[in-house]
Amino acid sequence: MISLEKRPQPSRAWSLATPLVAVLATMVFGGLLFAMLGKPPIEAIRTIFWDPLFGEFAFYYRPQLLVKGAPLVLIAIGLSLGFKAGIWNIGAEGQYIIGAIVGAAVGLAFYPYEAWYIFPLMVISGALGGWAWAMIPAVLKVRFGTNEILVSLMLVYVAEQLLASASLRFLKNPEGFGFPGSRNLQDYPSAFNADLIAGSGMHWGVVAALIAVIFAYVLLNRHMLGFHIRLTGEAPRAARFAGVNPSRLILLCLGMSGALAGLAGLFEVSGPAGQISIDFNVGYGFTAIIVAFLGRLHPIGIMLAGGLMALTYIGGDIAQSNLGLPSAAIQVFQGMLLFFLLALDLLTNYRITLHKPEVA
Amino acid sequence: MTVPLLSLQGLTKAYPGVVANDTVTFDIGEGEVHALLGENGAGKSTLVKMIYGLVKPDSGQMLLRGQPYAPPEPRAARGDGIAMVFQHFSLFDALNVSENIALGMENPPPMKDLATRIREVSEAYGLPLDPYRTVGDLSAGERQRVEIIRCLLQDPKLLIMDEPTSVLTPQEVEILFQTLQKLRSEGTSILYISHKLEEIRTLCDHATILRLGKNVGECTPAETSARDMAELMVGSTLHTPERSGREFGAAAMDVSGLSVPSPSAFGTALKNVHLTVRKGEVLGIGGVAGNGQDELLNVLSGETVTEADAVKLNGEAIGQLGPVARRRLGVLAAPEERLGHAAAPDMSLTENAMLTGSVRQNLETNGFLNWGAAKEFAETVIKSFDVRTPGPENAARSLSGGNLQKFVIGREVLQDPDVLVVNQPTWGVDAAAAADIRQSLLDLAAKGAAVICISQDLDELMEISDSFAALNEGRLSAPRPAAGLTVDEIGLMLGGAHGMEVAHD
Repeated sequence: MISLEKRPQPSRAWSLATPLVAVLATMVFGGLLFAMLGKPPIEAIRTIFWDPLFGEFAFYYRPQLLVKGAPLVLIAIGLSLGFKAGIWNIGAEGQYIIGAIVGAAVGLAFYPYEAWYIFPLMVISGALGGWAWAMIPAVLKVRFGTNEILVSLMLVYVAEQLLASASLRFLKNPEGFGFPGSRNLQDYPSAFNADLIAGSGMHWGVVAALIAVIFAYVLLNRHMLGFHIRLTGEAPRAARFAGVNPSRLILLCLGMSGALAGLAGLFEVSGPAGQISIDFNVGYGFTAIIVAFLGRLHPIGIMLAGGLMALTYIGGDIAQSNLGLPSAAIQVFQGMLLFFLLALDLLTNYRITLHKPEVA
Repeated sequence: MTVPLLSLQGLTKAYPGVVANDTVTFDIGEGEVHALLGENGAGKSTLVKMIYGLVKPDSGQMLLRGQPYAPPEPRAARGDGIAMVFQHFSLFDALNVSENIALGMENPPPMKDLATRIREVSEAYGLPLDPYRTVGDLSAGERQRVEIIRCLLQDPKLLIMDEPTSVLTPQEVEILFQTLQKLRSEGTSILYISHKLEEIRTLCDHATILRLGKNVGECTPAETSARDMAELMVGSTLHTPERSGREFGAAAMDVSGLSVPSPSAFGTALKNVHLTVRKGEVLGIGGVAGNGQDELLNVLSGETVTEADAVKLNGEAIGQLGPVARRRLGVLAAPEERLGHAAAPDMSLTENAMLTGSVRQNLETNGFLNWGAAKEFAETVIKSFDVRTPGPENAARSLSGGNLQKFVIGREVLQDPDVLVVNQPTWGVDAAAAADIRQSLLDLAAKGAAVICISQDLDELMEISDSFAALNEGRLSAPRPAAGLTVDEIGLMLGGAHGMEVAHD
């Protein structure tokens, strides 16, 4: 008989090993899945994990890793702060959209005037936009005890309507021949979030993501606020005893995650995407939830997880076009990763014991 | 010679690193009230868990009326007529009495019949209980009655009771004893686990004493002095805390006209509480669990803020201040619930030292944490209070209850408070460690701190308190000097026969 036994304290070894074991298990079972679909499993796995980094066209894919990974990491870092405290911001996608709209709007308000301060202003307004959007669920929760999961999630769909409205009406390019979408910020030097080294994929969003990782690491390990965040998540009553004001913590955590998501949106719209369009958002805000958990809510882990997630996206695209794998198979593959991670996570706090059935 | 009801022969059970029971042998006769005595960690719980089928012995055997008895699970034990009332109740607050009892039955009868049965049994044994009352509204004593009646409905041969009086007022204890005596007269055997010697002397026919997993002696309690039994239990002469005659200073903490609504549906509202504790004084607050102890501690520690004037420290209003501000002023507290309130279970002792120590021990500068200093502070607590743990990096939940309690109390005492509020400071702590904790509270008072000790252990309160007050349904009785109070007077202060009748609602 197999049974689970609670460990006296969480196993450090397992908490580090589970992400790796989860990736391995995903490769094995993903390979089986691809084989059953009649595709060569080893080649498929290699295409997803190896080609983007070291394949023939890696020079093209590597910058893409940064471009796709940076917003994921930036958003996930913010989310992880709240998640650690048991505050569930599920609406980062909405905050990302609003950050992009507000930031782009501020930039476009200056068009075509050129000045050095335009881009920094856009960055600040992008962060503020995301922050403000996150304050809606935060204030409602603090004042009326609403559930932040529902409110933040529903506000994503409100934000999507605003996005459509922006690209069709108030931010529509007047010289765009009637097509929906704003002016392209890539053609407006003062507002363009260009690669810092041409062709490297290294734009300001990547820098911001790195700063966020370091900031979160210091906050959680060295600062009283980070300690209070962890304490609230682990033992809410002990946190109150320690002097944590739960309302303040809710405002802070939702505010920080909203601001970071807004930043990610701004860097995306002013760089890789270039313009506000109806389908500007591609689900980074939701994928970042997976990234946050895949990275064990730990800043360094999130950085690695963001890279891994970006890799499966890019590798998945290559596998679709080169091997003809259906996109649904790639999604299953990504889902497996989260599934195995959560399942194996159990081993951090429990050990499996085998014992022979006893004779009754 | 008659065959004993249950005979334990050489029962041994080892866990990694500790032998919980080492060749324990004794008999429980038919219709006998048998006491099982021992400190915390002596192996009492493991032993009864073996009898109840929760744990299987490594070696040794049990005979029930001469027949081999090895229950693979509690259901089998119940089938053989063995019932157990646990120290911690397993009841659902939101359900009523009969629903709770039905949940524990294999084949519950229709609810109406069950309610009738509950009424019959409860009246027959002098344990009045309304089957339709919601458990959340019951006092601890009434909840225990639900557990006892749940057992009695199975018509047990042997009833195991684990520290049943720890939550009862003296009057409730009296009623419980009458019930147990009635059961005995009907031929039911009772295995009675406790470390309260006086009640064992009153109630039990025979006693087995466990120390460190071994049977170290048997006696007839009525013929043995409490002190002799205690020394068998502890294995050395007992150390009673010293009390020097002390002068009290000015009022340190002053609470007046404090009323706080109940924080939750099953909490207790505080009603017009007045109390004053002077420098150097230990104020003992007795009361049965659930009468506002947690709420009172929260109000004093600052977790619940009130009108500024309701709580005063040295004449200054502090009612509106939170826990951090109060710590800065010297008001410290140690809540009852160790895991999850006083300490975060999954965090290390170093992190738990940071939890309350950051302000007074200078463990932070401008919000940045000094983990080195926190570790040192944790090590100091571990050393001064003899906390048994490999080191401060271990998680709080890996410590035994008693050791964690020593850490929690030590953490506050070593911060040199002006006012210390503790709730159940020695709950689940072995006798020697409990004596140390009480001594440290007395030492603190001797140095001029005011100590408020909320406890359900009346012996403890009588041992350390200078004044005594009782909480009853959120009301605090007027404090009286502790010296000279009789058990009866205390009982009346605790609310007399509170909760002893069927509620008429």
